[in-house]
Amino acid sequence: MKNFISMTLNGRQRDDAVPGNMLLVDFLRETVGMTGTKIGCDGGECGCCTVLIDGKPRHACLTLAASCDGTDIETIESLETGGRLSAIQRGFHEKLGAQCGFCTPGMVMAAEGLLRENANPSEDEIRQGMAANICRCTGYVKIIESVQAAAEEIAAKESAA
Amino acid sequence: MELMPDFALHRPTEIEEAVKLRNETEGALYVAGGTDMIVNVRRGIEQPAALIDLSAVKELQEIVEDDEGLHIGAGVTLETVSQDARVLKDFAAVAEAAAAVAGPTHQAYGTVGGNLCLDTRCLFYNQSEWWRKSNDYCLKKSGTVCHVAPGGKRCFAAFSGDVAPAALVHNASVDLVGPNGRRRIPLADIYKNDGMDHLALEPGELIAVLHLPNSEAGLPSTYEKARVRGSIDFPLAGAAVWVKQSDGKLDELRIALTAVNPYPHLVKGLEKFSGAKLDEAVLDEIAEMVQSQAKPMRTTTVKPWYRRRVIGAIARRLTKQLTATA
Repeated sequence: MKNFISMTLNGRQRDDAVPGNMLLVDFLRETVGMTGTKIGCDGGECGCCTVLIDGKPRHACLTLAASCDGTDIETIESLETGGRLSAIQRGFHEKLGAQCGFCTPGMVMAAEGLLRENANPSEDEIRQGMAANICRCTGYVKIIESVQAAAEEIAAKESAA
Repeated sequence: MELMPDFALHRPTEIEEAVKLRNETEGALYVAGGTDMIVNVRRGIEQPAALIDLSAVKELQEIVEDDEGLHIGAGVTLETVSQDARVLKDFAAVAEAAAAVAGPTHQAYGTVGGNLCLDTRCLFYNQSEWWRKSNDYCLKKSGTVCHVAPGGKRCFAAFSGDVAPAALVHNASVDLVGPNGRRRIPLADIYKNDGMDHLALEPGELIAVLHLPNSEAGLPSTYEKARVRGSIDFPLAGAAVWVKQSDGKLDELRIALTAVNPYPHLVKGLEKFSGAKLDEAVLDEIAEMVQSQAKPMRTTTVKPWYRRRVIGAIARRLTKQLTATA
């Protein structure tokens, strides 16, 4: 059975017919062709598939595409502007927040959700806000520094504006 | 990863419509947030013919307050509950338990009702299809032998929800809606001591509302769980504690446990401590009573003896902490 859905994906409106059993992550990767969102585990544990739905982090691998009718979805592909990295992406790049890089799209999207709610998080708040994402290279110190660097950059840009 | 089984998705907007769909569709299951149900579907543990998504049912998303108490819709997210001013003030253990479920992303869409109904868990059950198949499956799903207790014919999968013990110490009740209408029963009565079939709900019934009574509000309560990592994991052992004191003496003590039995267990026999002054000896006795009623089995990678020690230590520590500040 097909379900007709209408969503905003990375700022562009689109209409699709999806089967009821299709996971959002499969829809993004296979139907849309955006493979930035990763599938790391089969149990909703790792957070690699984190995307923003209506501005909040959510697991694309535990969400059915058909239930996303009327939502606004943002993936890792939405962050760059004209080839320029977002502050969080740059933070991860400059502070070496990515090691193997597999968890990074999820980490970046979780950080994006966090900084939108709390522009100036403490280290504890970053740890808490990113607690649903696992890095198996065990590089959390660098990841936290990356988010801190991004928060500082965003704050500096805003005070300059 | 296995392919997703074929199923249709229904998105009703009214409870009655959801119940009707569930009743009329063979092999249909409810799904709310999906943080656990979709995992089980992906692993082939559940193979529904249809999923009835409750997330569009408005009535389930409300928190209502009246003279009787606080009424939390089963579809309210764990995040909302953990941040709700009234829950934080009057039912602290419930807020703490909601904040202890998995990680923040899960809490943002996982629901109270889903956590209360959470399927029991076991090392030999919560695995992929090929893992379970290569192990000849297990008693709980598709197999004939329980790998935890191979001699027996019982399933010892552990109830691992965090919200249930916290709600139990606050004397919560639930509204159930099913094909035969609506009924309200104590939360404790929806659970059975059977890892295979731990919910006493009738076919097609769902939890609509969790009621936290005002008569129990505002008294100190707290919840703590032990887990492998600091986040994401299910509890290895967890306890909620609620105390009522006067003049430095205990009037009433309630302790509920999770992850150490196939159901959330309200510790029995605690009334013997009414009127007691909580010194170290009494605390030891409480810990011992908790440990004797916890029956952790080999359902996690962590050994049962450790979980039994931990559950006693958590219950003891929380009781001491609450009575010291009350």
